[in-house]
Amino acid sequence: MRKRFGELLVLDGVDLRVGRGERVALLGPSGCGKSTLLGIVAGLDEADGGAVSAGGATGARARLAQCALMPQRDLLLPWRSALDNACLALENQGRSQAEARELARPLLADLGLAEFERARPSELSGGMRQRVAFARTLLAGKELLLLDEPFGALDSLTRASLQEWLRRALERERRTVLLVTHDVEEALLLADRVVVLSPRPGRVVAEIPVELPRDACPRRELILSAEFLELRERALEAVEG
Amino acid sequence: MTRPRRIAPALLLLAATVGVWQLVVRATGTPSWLWPAPSAVARAFADDDGLLARNGWVTLREMLLGFGVAVAVGVGLACALHFSTALRRAVYPILVASQTVPVVVLAPILVVAFGYGLLPKLAIVALVCFFPIVVGMSDGLRSADRQYRRLMLTLDAGRVDLFRRVELPASLPSLFSGLRIAAAYAAIGAVFGEWAGAGSGLGYVMQQAAPALATARIFASVLILTAMALALFVLVTALERVVVPWSRDAAA
Repeated sequence: MRKRFGELLVLDGVDLRVGRGERVALLGPSGCGKSTLLGIVAGLDEADGGAVSAGGATGARARLAQCALMPQRDLLLPWRSALDNACLALENQGRSQAEARELARPLLADLGLAEFERARPSELSGGMRQRVAFARTLLAGKELLLLDEPFGALDSLTRASLQEWLRRALERERRTVLLVTHDVEEALLLADRVVVLSPRPGRVVAEIPVELPRDACPRRELILSAEFLELRERALEAVEG
Repeated sequence: MTRPRRIAPALLLLAATVGVWQLVVRATGTPSWLWPAPSAVARAFADDDGLLARNGWVTLREMLLGFGVAVAVGVGLACALHFSTALRRAVYPILVASQTVPVVVLAPILVVAFGYGLLPKLAIVALVCFFPIVVGMSDGLRSADRQYRRLMLTLDAGRVDLFRRVELPASLPSLFSGLRIAAAYAAIGAVFGEWAGAGSGLGYVMQQAAPALATARIFASVLILTAMALALFVLVTALERVVVPWSRDAAA
C-alpha cells in the first residue's frame, strides 16, 4: 500500500506507506494537515499532486470503497438508535434493516452497548457515542480504518478508558489502521509505528517504531515503564523539532 | 400532569376576558346587533346550531382538502427543487413572487374561472398553505450538515441513500414548522374563498349575517373557525411529536 501527497499549502510532500495489518499513528500539532491527509486517503478529497493508493485503488471513488473513516465528531444521526446508527453502512450496501441489525447486534454487545441498542444518541454519554461511531466504522467492512482523533472531544478520564478499549478492540479485529492524533500517549498506545508530522505545511519529520509489551501490560504500568517514557521523549522531541 | 398546568394561564385569561366583556356590554346596554355579549353569542350557537354545523362542515372540508393538496404539492415540489439546482433557480423566485399577489384579488378571479363550488376554495386554501410548506421542507432538506454528507460517502451511500437516511429525516423539523404555519392559514384561506362567491360555508354565513345585523351569528362563526384552525394546528403538532421525537431531545 503506497500513499504519497503533495498538497501545496497544507501537506508538503508527505511520503507514507502503511503495510497491510499495520497500525500507524500520525502525530503532529494541530493544523498540520493530519485531517486533510485522512480525507484524501479516504477519497473524500483529491490531492493536488502526487499519487495516493489504498489497497490498490488510486482514484478517489475507488478509495472511498476501500476505506472507512471515523471522523473527529461522532456524527451519529440523532433520529437513529445506537444500533441503527451502527447499521448505516450495511443498509447503504443494500442489506435490509433486519439483516443489518442482526449483523450489528453482536458487535455492539462486544463494545458493551447491548443495553443501549435502542437508545438515541442524545441519551448516550460521549464515550458511548464514540463507541457507536467506531462500531459504525468497523461494520462498513473495510480493510483500512482511518481514525481521525477519535477521542479528541472527550475528557481525559473517558479518553484513557477508551484508548484502552480501542487497543483491545483492534487486537481482536485486526485491520490496517491509520490513526491521526495530537496525543503522544495515544499514538504510542495504539500504533505499531508513529509518524511525526511537522507544523504546516506538514512533512514527515520522524518515524518511530513502537515495540512495547502492550498486550500483557495494563495501561497504567505501561505508560510508566522505562521503554514507554523513552519513546515518549523521542516523539515529543520530534514534534517540537 | 404538566399539560393542564401549561394551558391554565391561557384558559384563565380567556375566562376573564369573557367575563369582563359580558359585564361591560350589560352595563353599557349596548345592543346585540352592534356588539353582542357572550351570552348572545351562546344563544346564537343554540338557535342556529343546524346552520352552523352544516356550513362549518363545508368550510372544514375545504380546509382539510386544500391543506392536503398543499402538503402533497409542497413536499413534492420541495423534493424536486432539492434534486435539481437548475429547477430551483428557475422556480424559487416565481414561488416567492406568487406570494406577493394578494389572495383578496386572486379569489374572485378563481371564482370566475372555476365557479361557485368547492374547486376555487380548495385552490385558494392550497395556495396560501403550500408556500410555508415548500419553504420549510426545502430549507430542511438543505439543512443537513456537510459533515454528514461526507460521512455517508465513506459509508458507501449513493445519492438515494443520502436522501433517505440523512436529508429527509433532517428536513422534518423544518417541514413541520411550515406545516404548523400552513395549518393556521388554512381557515383564513377557506373564508377568503367563500367571501369571493359561495352558496355555503362559514364565510357565506357571515356574509349573509352582516346585512341582517345578526352580529352574534358572525361571532359564533368566527369562534367555530378559530376552533377548527386550532384543532388542525394541534393535530399537526401532535403528529410532529410522533414523527420527529428526536427534535425534542435536541432542544432539551
